[in-house]
Amino acid sequence: MAASLRALRRRIRSTQSTKKIFSAQELIAGARIVRAQARVEASKPYAREITRVLSALASSASLDHPLLTERQNPKRAAVLVITSDRGFAGSYNVNVLRRTEELLSLLRNEGKEPVLYVVGRKGETYYSFRDRETADTFTGFSEQPNYPDAQEVGRVLIEAFTAGEDDDEDGGAGADAVEGVDELHIVYTEFRSLLSQVPVAKRMAPLEVEEVEEFDYEREDRESGTASNDTGVPTSYEFEPSAEGLLDALLPKYITTRIYAAMLEAAASESASRRRAMKSASDNAEELAKNLSRQANQARQAEITQEISEIVGGADALVSANSGD
Amino acid sequence: MATLQVELVAVERKIWSGEARMVIARTTEGELGVLPGHAPLLGQLAEGGVVTIRTESGDDVIVAAHGGFLSVTERGVSILAETAEISTEIDVERAREALRRAEEAGEDDADSLDAARRAQSRLRAAGESA
Repeated sequence: MAASLRALRRRIRSTQSTKKIFSAQELIAGARIVRAQARVEASKPYAREITRVLSALASSASLDHPLLTERQNPKRAAVLVITSDRGFAGSYNVNVLRRTEELLSLLRNEGKEPVLYVVGRKGETYYSFRDRETADTFTGFSEQPNYPDAQEVGRVLIEAFTAGEDDDEDGGAGADAVEGVDELHIVYTEFRSLLSQVPVAKRMAPLEVEEVEEFDYEREDRESGTASNDTGVPTSYEFEPSAEGLLDALLPKYITTRIYAAMLEAAASESASRRRAMKSASDNAEELAKNLSRQANQARQAEITQEISEIVGGADALVSANSGD
Repeated sequence: MATLQVELVAVERKIWSGEARMVIARTTEGELGVLPGHAPLLGQLAEGGVVTIRTESGDDVIVAAHGGFLSVTERGVSILAETAEISTEIDVERAREALRRAEEAGEDDADSLDAARRAQSRLRAAGESA
């Protein structure tokens, strides 16, 4: 009995110390969400302006830029998955990877071969454990992504996309001997609110310009709460250099901006998931400690009761032995 | 007096916004001054460029803007940059150091060339020679 009491006390102590770790993690994640949300907000003016400039350009320039045109016979599609570097985030990574699997099977059904690009260590280990090939992985910044990180990812993806331009009909490498891709997709977790983060899959390239314009107004309305009548695109712009030259410079930046925005949203979602997971973990630890201390008290009382009955029993035995003399 | 509504945004944050009398920038085609009532224009800023915003009170806000675009509409001017720094925030010592490192790394490396241009624009914006 004494041994089990000691064991119970040890378990209580260890549960309490894990609980401390969980609640510390919860607090850290809580602070990170606030910061991540502030960064999402801070990146919005740029996203809004670049979208507006792009819509203005799209209405003036001829739209035969490679990033805008649908390829005749798409063979390979790049999928960028944004996961976290660390675990302890509940179902965050599981959800985004599941959404990715859905997209991959959809692409395969359409006869395209998916090519994986992974951000975050969790995604990296998920695929390497399953012996599945990834074209490139980027790790080390999932919680606090910076623009240069997004630039790096964007550069790799856009290179792959440009390399895919001259690939031949059966998916061969084409003139530049590099197997490129014909489409760019991104899977990340959208931060709807503190309680709801939804994994979403979007196509980044080829871009659809109608979609861009729609996106612009929607965003504008949501943010300023005003009608979009004064955001109408003026008809006659002067361009320096030519409209085509500007489009060339602007589109890759636009894609990078979208990657950056997705990374920021994912970082906010990651912290939110982590905080929720850590909250329930510390609640569970507390519950467990409570149950364990009940058991420990019971064991302690049982021990005392047993000791008393042993003493009484011993005394009785002595008494009856003495009277027997 | 008519003024321009100017917005200067970098990817990670909004740098400056307000009323201005004039905006001076250099696009890939050449130096450009924008006064109120300018025709709608879209321009790509020259690499390592400096943008000057003359505010209502006549002060100049000088900004090192890198990898950016200039958009003039009848509503105002917006300047989009990948990275931008206001001259008062620029650490001259660090910019000089960055320039020296980039120059040492060699001319043919695209990354260091880029870094050198960025450092130069920061120095120029801070009113130093570069």
